[in-house]
Amino acid sequence: MANLHFELVTPEKLLRSEDVHMVVVPGTEGDFGVLAGHAPFMSVVRSGELTIYSGPNTVSGKIHVEGGFAEVNERGLTVLAEAATEQA
Amino acid sequence: MASLKALKVRITSVKSTQKITKAMKMVAAAKLRRAQMAAEQGRPYAERLNDVMARLAAKVVVGPESPRLLAGSGKDQLHLIVVATSERGLAGAFNTNIVRAARKKADTLIAQGKTVRFYLIGKKGRAVIQRLFPGTIVHQVDQTHIKNVAFTDALEVARDLTTRFQNGEFDVAHLFYARFQSALVQAPTEQQIIPVSTPAAAPQASNVAAAAVEYEPDEEAILAELLPRNVAIQLFRAMLENAASEQGSRMTAMDNATRNAGDMINKLTIVYNRTRQAAITTELIEIIAGAEAL
Repeated sequence: MANLHFELVTPEKLLRSEDVHMVVVPGTEGDFGVLAGHAPFMSVVRSGELTIYSGPNTVSGKIHVEGGFAEVNERGLTVLAEAATEQA
Repeated sequence: MASLKALKVRITSVKSTQKITKAMKMVAAAKLRRAQMAAEQGRPYAERLNDVMARLAAKVVVGPESPRLLAGSGKDQLHLIVVATSERGLAGAFNTNIVRAARKKADTLIAQGKTVRFYLIGKKGRAVIQRLFPGTIVHQVDQTHIKNVAFTDALEVARDLTTRFQNGEFDVAHLFYARFQSALVQAPTEQQIIPVSTPAAAPQASNVAAAAVEYEPDEEAILAELLPRNVAIQLFRAMLENAASEQGSRMTAMDNATRNAGDMINKLTIVYNRTRQAAITTELIEIIAGAEAL
Protein backbone atom coordinates (compact mmCIF):
# COMPACT_ATOMS: atom_id res chain seq x y z
CA MET A 1 0.00 0.00 0.00
CA ALA A 2 1.26 3.42 -0.89
CA ASN A 3 2.46 5.63 1.87
CA LEU A 4 0.89 8.85 3.02
CA HIS A 5 2.87 12.00 2.54
CA PHE A 6 2.74 13.90 5.79
CA GLU A 7 3.82 17.48 6.44
CA LEU A 8 3.76 19.25 9.76
CA VAL A 9 4.36 22.99 9.50
CA THR A 10 4.58 25.59 12.24
CA PRO A 11 5.00 29.31 11.61
CA GLU A 12 8.60 28.97 12.69
CA LYS A 13 9.55 26.09 10.43
CA LEU A 14 8.70 23.01 8.47
CA LEU A 15 8.88 20.42 11.23
CA ARG A 16 8.19 17.20 9.36
CA SER A 17 7.98 16.22 5.75
CA GLU A 18 8.00 12.46 5.34
CA ASP A 19 6.14 9.41 4.08
CA VAL A 20 4.31 7.55 6.79
CA HIS A 21 1.68 4.85 7.13
CA MET A 22 -0.92 6.74 9.11
CA VAL A 23 -1.33 9.87 11.19
CA VAL A 24 -3.93 10.36 13.91
CA VAL A 25 -4.85 14.02 14.22
CA PRO A 26 -6.79 15.58 17.11
CA GLY A 27 -9.61 17.40 15.33
CA THR A 28 -12.03 19.75 17.07
CA GLU A 29 -14.82 17.31 16.38
CA GLY A 30 -12.89 14.22 17.36
CA ASP A 31 -9.63 12.51 16.50
CA PHE A 32 -9.28 11.20 13.00
CA GLY A 33 -6.77 8.91 11.35
CA VAL A 34 -5.52 9.60 7.88
CA LEU A 35 -4.23 6.82 5.64
CA ALA A 36 -3.01 7.09 2.07
CA GLY A 37 -5.81 7.72 -0.38
CA HIS A 38 -7.98 9.55 2.12
CA ALA A 39 -10.78 11.65 0.67
CA PRO A 40 -10.13 15.42 0.50
CA PHE A 41 -10.82 16.80 3.92
CA MET A 42 -10.29 19.92 6.01
CA SER A 43 -10.54 20.25 9.73
CA VAL A 44 -9.61 22.55 12.56
CA VAL A 45 -7.18 20.98 15.00
CA ARG A 46 -7.50 21.30 18.74
CA SER A 47 -4.58 21.22 21.14
CA GLY A 48 -3.58 17.64 21.71
CA GLU A 49 -1.42 14.76 20.70
CA LEU A 50 -0.72 13.92 17.10
CA THR A 51 0.41 10.33 16.59
CA ILE A 52 2.46 9.17 13.64
CA TYR A 53 2.43 5.50 12.59
CA SER A 54 5.27 4.29 10.41
CA GLY A 55 3.65 0.85 10.07
CA PRO A 56 0.23 -0.67 10.83
CA ASN A 57 1.18 -1.26 14.46
CA THR A 58 4.26 0.82 15.01
CA VAL A 59 4.07 4.30 16.46
CA SER A 60 7.05 6.26 15.23
CA GLY A 61 6.42 9.52 16.99
CA LYS A 62 4.07 11.60 19.04
CA ILE A 63 3.91 15.34 18.68
CA HIS A 64 1.99 17.72 20.85
CA VAL A 65 0.31 20.32 18.67
CA GLU A 66 -1.38 23.49 19.81
CA GLY A 67 -4.28 24.54 17.69
CA GLY A 68 -4.15 24.76 13.97
CA PHE A 69 -5.53 23.30 10.89
CA ALA A 70 -5.31 20.06 8.91
CA GLU A 71 -5.83 19.55 5.23
CA VAL A 72 -5.97 16.31 3.27
CA ASN A 73 -5.69 16.53 -0.48
CA GLU A 74 -4.44 14.35 -3.30
CA ARG A 75 -0.85 15.17 -2.34
CA GLY A 76 -1.20 14.02 1.26
CA LEU A 77 -1.81 15.41 4.70
CA THR A 78 -0.69 18.86 5.75
CA VAL A 79 -1.01 19.99 9.34
CA LEU A 80 -0.59 23.70 10.00
CA ALA A 81 -0.01 23.92 13.73
CA GLU A 82 0.39 27.07 15.76
CA ALA A 83 3.01 25.40 17.90
CA ALA A 84 4.37 21.87 18.10
CA THR A 85 6.60 20.10 20.57
CA GLU A 86 8.08 16.69 19.98
CA GLN A 87 7.26 14.11 22.64
CA ALA A 88 9.88 11.66 23.81
CA MET B 1 46.57 74.36 11.24
CA ALA B 2 45.76 71.92 14.00
CA SER B 3 48.57 71.08 16.34
CA LEU B 4 50.35 67.74 16.18
CA LYS B 5 48.86 66.74 19.49
CA ALA B 6 45.32 67.52 18.34
CA LEU B 7 45.81 65.53 15.14
CA LYS B 8 47.12 62.55 17.06
CA VAL B 9 44.11 62.60 19.38
CA ARG B 10 41.81 62.84 16.38
CA ILE B 11 43.40 59.84 14.66
CA THR B 12 43.12 57.71 17.80
CA SER B 13 39.48 58.62 18.19
CA VAL B 14 38.61 57.76 14.58
CA LYS B 15 40.49 54.50 14.98
CA SER B 16 38.43 53.49 17.98
CA THR B 17 35.23 54.43 16.17
CA GLN B 18 36.33 52.24 13.31
CA LYS B 19 36.83 49.34 15.69
CA ILE B 20 33.29 49.74 16.96
CA THR B 21 31.69 49.94 13.52
CA LYS B 22 33.71 46.95 12.39
CA ALA B 23 32.52 44.91 15.35
CA MET B 24 28.93 46.01 14.74
CA LYS B 25 29.20 44.96 11.13
CA MET B 26 30.41 41.52 12.12
CA VAL B 27 27.66 41.10 14.69
CA ALA B 28 25.06 42.21 12.15
CA ALA B 29 26.40 39.72 9.61
CA ALA B 30 26.06 36.87 12.09
CA LYS B 31 22.59 37.96 13.12
CA LEU B 32 21.58 38.43 9.51
CA ARG B 33 22.35 34.81 8.75
CA ARG B 34 20.13 33.67 11.58
CA ALA B 35 17.33 36.11 10.74
CA GLN B 36 17.43 35.10 7.11
CA MET B 37 17.16 31.45 8.03
CA ALA B 38 14.18 32.18 10.26
CA ALA B 39 12.51 34.12 7.48
CA GLU B 40 13.03 31.26 5.05
CA GLN B 41 11.76 28.65 7.47
CA GLY B 42 8.62 30.66 7.99
CA ARG B 43 7.77 30.60 4.33
CA PRO B 44 6.25 27.10 3.92
CA TYR B 45 3.59 27.81 6.53
CA ALA B 46 2.57 31.10 4.99
CA GLU B 47 2.45 29.55 1.53
CA ARG B 48 0.29 26.63 2.59
CA LEU B 49 -2.02 28.82 4.61
CA ASN B 50 -2.37 31.00 1.55
CA ASP B 51 -3.30 27.93 -0.50
CA VAL B 52 -5.96 26.88 1.95
CA MET B 53 -7.31 30.41 2.25
CA ALA B 54 -7.60 30.70 -1.51
CA ARG B 55 -9.52 27.45 -1.75
CA LEU B 56 -11.84 28.37 1.09
CA ALA B 57 -12.44 31.89 -0.11
CA ALA B 58 -13.48 30.51 -3.47
CA LYS B 59 -16.19 28.47 -1.75
CA VAL B 60 -17.56 31.05 0.61
CA VAL B 61 -19.53 33.90 -0.86
CA VAL B 62 -18.73 37.21 0.79
CA GLY B 63 -21.97 38.63 2.10
CA PRO B 64 -23.13 40.79 4.95
CA GLU B 65 -23.19 37.75 7.26
CA SER B 66 -19.67 36.59 6.50
CA PRO B 67 -16.91 37.25 9.07
CA ARG B 68 -16.07 40.90 9.43
CA LEU B 69 -12.37 40.23 9.10
CA LEU B 70 -13.07 39.16 5.54
CA ALA B 71 -15.92 41.44 4.55
CA GLY B 72 -14.70 44.51 6.42
CA SER B 73 -16.81 46.75 8.60
CA GLY B 74 -18.64 48.19 5.60
CA LYS B 75 -16.97 51.55 6.07
CA ASP B 76 -13.78 53.08 4.79
CA GLN B 77 -13.25 56.01 7.10
CA LEU B 78 -10.87 55.11 9.90
CA HIS B 79 -7.55 53.86 8.66
CA LEU B 80 -5.01 52.29 10.95
CA ILE B 81 -1.44 52.30 9.78
CA VAL B 82 0.69 49.65 11.41
CA VAL B 83 4.33 50.63 11.15
CA ALA B 84 6.86 47.95 11.93
CA THR B 85 10.29 49.43 12.59
CA SER B 86 13.28 48.25 14.57
CA GLU B 87 14.07 48.87 18.21
CA ARG B 88 17.59 50.02 17.58
CA GLY B 89 19.07 52.63 15.34
CA LEU B 90 22.37 52.69 13.45
CA ALA B 91 20.87 50.67 10.64
CA GLY B 92 21.32 53.08 7.78
CA ALA B 93 18.15 54.27 6.14
CA PHE B 94 16.15 51.24 7.26
CA ASN B 95 13.74 52.96 9.65
CA THR B 96 13.62 56.17 7.64
CA ASN B 97 12.50 54.30 4.54
CA ILE B 98 9.67 52.49 6.30
CA VAL B 99 8.46 55.62 8.02
CA ARG B 100 8.65 57.58 4.80
CA ALA B 101 6.48 55.02 3.00
CA ALA B 102 3.97 55.10 5.85
CA ARG B 103 3.97 58.89 5.83
CA LYS B 104 3.24 59.03 2.13
CA LYS B 105 0.29 56.71 2.58
CA ALA B 106 -0.98 58.74 5.52
CA ASP B 107 -0.74 61.96 3.54
CA THR B 108 -2.73 60.45 0.66
CA LEU B 109 -5.38 59.14 3.00
CA ILE B 110 -5.69 62.43 4.83
CA ALA B 111 -5.97 64.23 1.50
CA GLN B 112 -8.90 61.95 0.73
CA GLY B 113 -10.55 63.06 3.93
CA LYS B 114 -9.96 59.85 5.89
CA THR B 115 -8.97 59.65 9.51
CA VAL B 116 -5.59 58.10 10.10
CA ARG B 117 -4.30 56.46 13.25
CA PHE B 118 -0.94 54.89 13.87
CA TYR B 119 -0.06 51.63 15.56
CA LEU B 120 3.65 51.22 16.07
CA ILE B 121 5.67 48.07 16.39
CA GLY B 122 9.16 49.01 17.49
CA LYS B 123 10.10 52.40 18.84
CA LYS B 124 12.18 53.89 16.05
CA GLY B 125 9.32 55.37 14.08
CA ARG B 126 7.78 57.11 17.04
CA ALA B 127 9.66 60.40 17.06
CA VAL B 128 8.96 61.25 13.43
CA ILE B 129 5.32 60.23 13.46
CA GLN B 130 4.72 62.00 16.75
CA ARG B 131 6.09 65.18 15.23
CA LEU B 132 4.27 64.97 11.89
CA PHE B 133 0.96 63.57 13.05
CA PRO B 134 0.69 64.56 16.70
CA GLY B 135 -1.79 62.66 18.82
CA THR B 136 -2.54 59.95 16.29
CA ILE B 137 -0.53 57.12 17.82
CA VAL B 138 -2.97 54.71 19.43
CA HIS B 139 -0.52 52.14 20.66
CA GLN B 140 3.11 51.15 20.59
CA VAL B 141 4.35 47.61 20.94
CA ASP B 142 7.61 47.36 22.77
CA GLN B 143 9.87 44.63 21.47
CA THR B 144 13.10 45.63 23.15
CA HIS B 145 13.15 42.47 25.22
CA ILE B 146 12.65 40.17 22.24
CA LYS B 147 15.79 38.66 20.83
CA ASN B 148 14.41 36.36 18.18
CA VAL B 149 10.88 37.00 17.00
CA ALA B 150 8.61 34.12 17.95
CA PHE B 151 5.18 33.41 16.58
CA THR B 152 3.62 34.09 19.98
CA ASP B 153 4.83 37.70 19.78
CA ALA B 154 3.05 38.17 16.47
CA LEU B 155 -0.01 36.41 17.84
CA GLU B 156 -0.27 38.88 20.70
CA VAL B 157 -0.16 41.84 18.36
CA ALA B 158 -2.66 40.19 16.03
CA ARG B 159 -5.07 39.55 18.91
CA ASP B 160 -4.82 43.15 19.99
CA LEU B 161 -5.45 44.36 16.45
CA THR B 162 -8.40 42.02 15.94
CA THR B 163 -9.99 43.15 19.21
CA ARG B 164 -9.57 46.78 18.25
CA PHE B 165 -11.14 46.01 14.89
CA GLN B 166 -14.10 44.23 16.48
CA ASN B 167 -14.58 47.23 18.77
CA GLY B 168 -14.82 49.42 15.71
CA GLU B 169 -11.64 51.38 16.41
CA PHE B 170 -10.73 51.25 12.73
CA ASP B 171 -12.08 50.04 9.39
CA VAL B 172 -8.97 49.27 7.40
CA ALA B 173 -5.47 48.38 8.56
CA HIS B 174 -2.34 48.74 6.47
CA LEU B 175 0.96 47.23 7.46
CA PHE B 176 4.30 48.77 6.62
CA TYR B 177 7.55 46.86 6.84
CA ALA B 178 10.72 46.27 4.86
CA ARG B 179 10.75 43.19 2.69
CA PHE B 180 14.13 41.53 2.65
CA GLN B 181 15.52 41.11 -0.84
CA SER B 182 19.22 40.89 -0.15
CA ALA B 183 21.72 42.27 2.34
CA LEU B 184 21.92 45.34 0.13
CA VAL B 185 18.29 45.80 -0.86
CA GLN B 186 15.36 46.07 1.51
CA ALA B 187 12.16 47.30 -0.05
CA PRO B 188 9.65 49.15 2.13
CA THR B 189 6.39 47.33 1.55
CA GLU B 190 2.76 48.11 2.14
CA GLN B 191 0.18 45.44 2.76
CA GLN B 192 -3.46 45.54 3.73
CA ILE B 193 -4.02 43.16 6.62
CA ILE B 194 -7.58 43.97 7.71
CA PRO B 195 -9.94 43.22 6.06
CA VAL B 196 -8.08 40.23 4.73
CA SER B 197 -7.43 40.54 1.05
CA THR B 198 -8.36 37.17 -0.36
CA PRO B 199 -5.40 35.59 -2.10
CA ALA B 200 -5.89 34.72 -5.73
CA ALA B 201 -6.85 31.09 -6.23
CA ALA B 202 -3.99 28.85 -7.22
CA PRO B 203 -3.95 27.77 -10.86
CA GLN B 204 -4.62 24.11 -10.05
CA ALA B 205 -7.66 25.09 -8.01
CA SER B 206 -10.07 23.94 -10.72
CA ASN B 207 -9.32 20.23 -10.45
CA VAL B 208 -9.05 20.42 -6.68
CA ALA B 209 -12.45 22.00 -6.44
CA ALA B 210 -13.77 19.17 -8.60
CA ALA B 211 -13.09 16.69 -5.81
CA ALA B 212 -15.68 17.11 -3.10
CA VAL B 213 -13.83 18.30 -0.04
CA GLU B 214 -15.31 17.49 3.30
CA TYR B 215 -15.17 20.19 5.92
CA GLU B 216 -15.22 19.67 9.63
CA PRO B 217 -16.75 21.89 11.01
CA ASP B 218 -18.29 23.69 8.01
CA GLU B 219 -16.56 26.16 5.68
CA GLU B 220 -17.70 29.26 7.54
CA ALA B 221 -16.49 27.97 10.90
CA ILE B 222 -13.13 27.05 9.45
CA LEU B 223 -12.83 30.41 7.77
CA ALA B 224 -13.73 32.20 10.99
CA GLU B 225 -11.01 30.21 12.72
CA LEU B 226 -8.54 30.85 9.96
CA LEU B 227 -8.92 34.59 9.47
CA PRO B 228 -7.43 35.80 12.76
CA ARG B 229 -4.65 33.29 12.26
CA ASN B 230 -3.99 34.74 8.86
CA VAL B 231 -3.57 38.20 10.38
CA ALA B 232 -1.09 36.77 12.87
CA ILE B 233 0.83 35.01 10.14
CA GLN B 234 1.06 38.12 8.00
CA LEU B 235 2.36 40.03 10.99
CA PHE B 236 4.80 37.30 11.86
CA ARG B 237 6.12 37.24 8.33
CA ALA B 238 6.50 41.00 8.35
CA MET B 239 8.39 40.82 11.63
CA LEU B 240 10.72 38.14 10.35
CA GLU B 241 11.35 40.01 7.12
CA ASN B 242 11.90 43.16 9.10
CA ALA B 243 14.40 41.50 11.40
CA ALA B 244 16.40 40.23 8.44
CA SER B 245 16.18 43.59 6.69
CA GLU B 246 17.31 45.45 9.77
CA GLN B 247 20.43 43.35 10.12
CA GLY B 248 21.15 43.57 6.41
CA SER B 249 20.76 47.31 6.44
CA ARG B 250 22.93 47.64 9.54
CA MET B 251 25.61 45.48 8.02
CA THR B 252 25.81 47.66 4.92
CA ALA B 253 25.72 50.87 6.93
CA MET B 254 28.46 49.70 9.25
CA ASP B 255 30.56 48.48 6.35
CA ASN B 256 30.34 51.96 4.83
CA ALA B 257 31.15 53.56 8.16
CA THR B 258 34.22 51.36 8.58
CA ARG B 259 35.42 52.27 5.12
CA ASN B 260 34.85 55.97 5.71
CA ALA B 261 36.77 55.78 8.96
CA GLY B 262 39.63 54.13 7.09
CA ASP B 263 39.70 56.94 4.51
CA MET B 264 39.60 59.52 7.24
CA ILE B 265 42.50 57.92 9.08
CA ASN B 266 44.57 57.94 5.89
CA LYS B 267 43.84 61.61 5.28
CA LEU B 268 44.56 62.58 8.85
CA THR B 269 47.81 60.62 8.82
CA ILE B 270 48.97 62.52 5.75
CA VAL B 271 48.12 65.85 7.38
CA TYR B 272 49.88 64.71 10.54
CA ASN B 273 53.05 63.77 8.67
CA ARG B 274 53.05 67.03 6.70
CA THR B 275 52.62 69.07 9.84
CA ARG B 276 55.43 67.21 11.55
CA GLN B 277 57.72 67.74 8.55
CA ALA B 278 56.82 71.43 8.47
CA ALA B 279 57.67 71.76 12.15
CA ILE B 280 61.06 70.08 11.62
CA THR B 281 61.83 72.31 8.63
CA THR B 282 60.94 75.43 10.58
CA GLU B 283 63.19 74.37 13.42
CA LEU B 284 66.09 73.70 11.05
CA ILE B 285 65.69 77.09 9.39
CA GLU B 286 65.72 78.73 12.77
CA ILE B 287 68.94 76.95 13.76
CA ILE B 288 70.66 77.75 10.46
CA ALA B 289 69.55 81.36 10.59
CA GLY B 290 70.79 81.59 14.16
CA ALA B 291 74.21 80.12 13.19
CA GLU B 292 74.58 82.52 10.26
CA ALA B 293 73.83 85.51 12.44
CA LEU B 294 76.79 84.72 14.67
